[in-house]
Amino acid sequence: MKPRAMKIILPLAAGAVVIAVWYAIHYFLHEEMRFLLPTPGAVLAALRDNAPALTRAAINTSEGALLGFGLAIVVSFALAIVLSLSPTIRTSLYPYLMALQMTPLPVLAPICVIWVGAGLKSVSLLTFVIAFFPLVVNTTQGLISTDRNLVELFGLYRASRLQQLLLLRVPAALPYFFTGLRIAATIAPIGAVVADMNAGSSAGDGGGLGFQAVIYSSQAKYPALFATAAVTCVLGFILNAAVIALAWFALHHWHDSYERSDR
Amino acid sequence: MSASPLVEFREVTKRFGAGPLVLDRISFTARTGDFLSLIGPSGCGKSTLLRLVGGLSPITGGTLLIDGMTPADAAAELAFVFQEPTLLPWLRVAANVEVPQKLRGVPAAERAVVRRRVLELVRLTAKTDAYPRQLSGGQKMRVSIARALALSPKLLLLDEPFGALDEMTREHLNEELLAIREQEAWTAFFVTHSVAEAVFLSNRILVMSANPGRIHSEIAVPFPYPRTAQTRLSRPYHDLVAEVSRILRSVEPPDGAVTAGVQSA
Repeated sequence: MKPRAMKIILPLAAGAVVIAVWYAIHYFLHEEMRFLLPTPGAVLAALRDNAPALTRAAINTSEGALLGFGLAIVVSFALAIVLSLSPTIRTSLYPYLMALQMTPLPVLAPICVIWVGAGLKSVSLLTFVIAFFPLVVNTTQGLISTDRNLVELFGLYRASRLQQLLLLRVPAALPYFFTGLRIAATIAPIGAVVADMNAGSSAGDGGGLGFQAVIYSSQAKYPALFATAAVTCVLGFILNAAVIALAWFALHHWHDSYERSDR
Repeated sequence: MSASPLVEFREVTKRFGAGPLVLDRISFTARTGDFLSLIGPSGCGKSTLLRLVGGLSPITGGTLLIDGMTPADAAAELAFVFQEPTLLPWLRVAANVEVPQKLRGVPAAERAVVRRRVLELVRLTAKTDAYPRQLSGGQKMRVSIARALALSPKLLLLDEPFGALDEMTREHLNEELLAIREQEAWTAFFVTHSVAEAVFLSNRILVMSANPGRIHSEIAVPFPYPRTAQTRLSRPYHDLVAEVSRILRSVEPPDGAVTAGVQSA
């Protein structure tokens, strides 16, 4: 069979098996315990019944996730350039970047709320904090890993530091940047949902998927809770797909990771 | 040929930091039009010598003048071809060739004229829009040479440029390099491990010895240019290759004499 067809058939087959097992577990459970794992059918029905609320929540969460993600890209790139300038700067600042990453989101959330208030601002800021670290670490690594021969070549032709940065170090760092971007794109939606649970605001329909999950949970609407989880997954997939497409556009012409193996 | 030398080494020494002497009182001159090859055992400092001329590393003592200037001041007059092609993988061949001019602020239209000329010299016009990874090893090296020629250097420094290529490709590129030189009057310093290559290309060969690096002897290669594949078949060529190999063997340390001192140097 052609590998292209396999790429579609294999996940579909695996999905069918998972759904079958899912139903099997549901009906294997004692009738009183079946609420623990609603059937895929019940989840779909909940998705349909709660569509307006879930759509609004998804839009709010996407907004927070994208703002935070975008801010993380801009700030991390600028900071990575500063960090790449000297080992002294890196040694001085890395422990604090680590510290920021080590602090759990539910602890940062109330601090954030004190500063900028609950709602979109807090959610974006917390998403920024979570997405920022993999971006800055990878991009910095890329900026300082430039092929020494190429650096020497630029030195030989008396390139200015700015020319060296823009024409050599930044393009050479792009594969590293995209590695960071893919990690950030995976955790940004999760960060936005968790931030929403801890620092979101439902005032004026401003609640996101995290908020929605808390509500469904307290109302024991378990199929709707599963539906919320599914929507969160879809958001993550969309952001990841966008980043993968962007990386392909930037790198496929020249980077070895896009080298076709049948050459 | 100008009366004053293009490159002048007077008692030049080189050491890295507090390490042992790498080059010891090197003195020689190269005239405009010379094709000068440097050969010698590993660690004799031939690549270091080339890097001194290129201004990639400062001299420790003595005087080194290029066209009457220090290597740093003479940067505009020389170009370097490294062991690796050192192409920017994200740029097409055309943009790669234009890099040195772009760094000097040459306008795009002017760059394109030069790029077409040098790509024609290395016979790679058909690959103008290719990315480096689409090229063979030999083609990449030709792009690298084209890039070096884009600035019309007076002095071309080549550090084992064909060392990583197979024998056939290497011989072809040797012939091509001489063919290009028929059209462009640059002086060349060529570092190599291959005696055959040195004899084929150069009019002068400097044999160096190691620990510390010194010039052991100079051999003149009397064959007239243009040289072709036919040159390699001639008896005098073979005799000279044998002669240079014998000299090279005489400066190589005998087997087992490679001491810890050599490795740390």
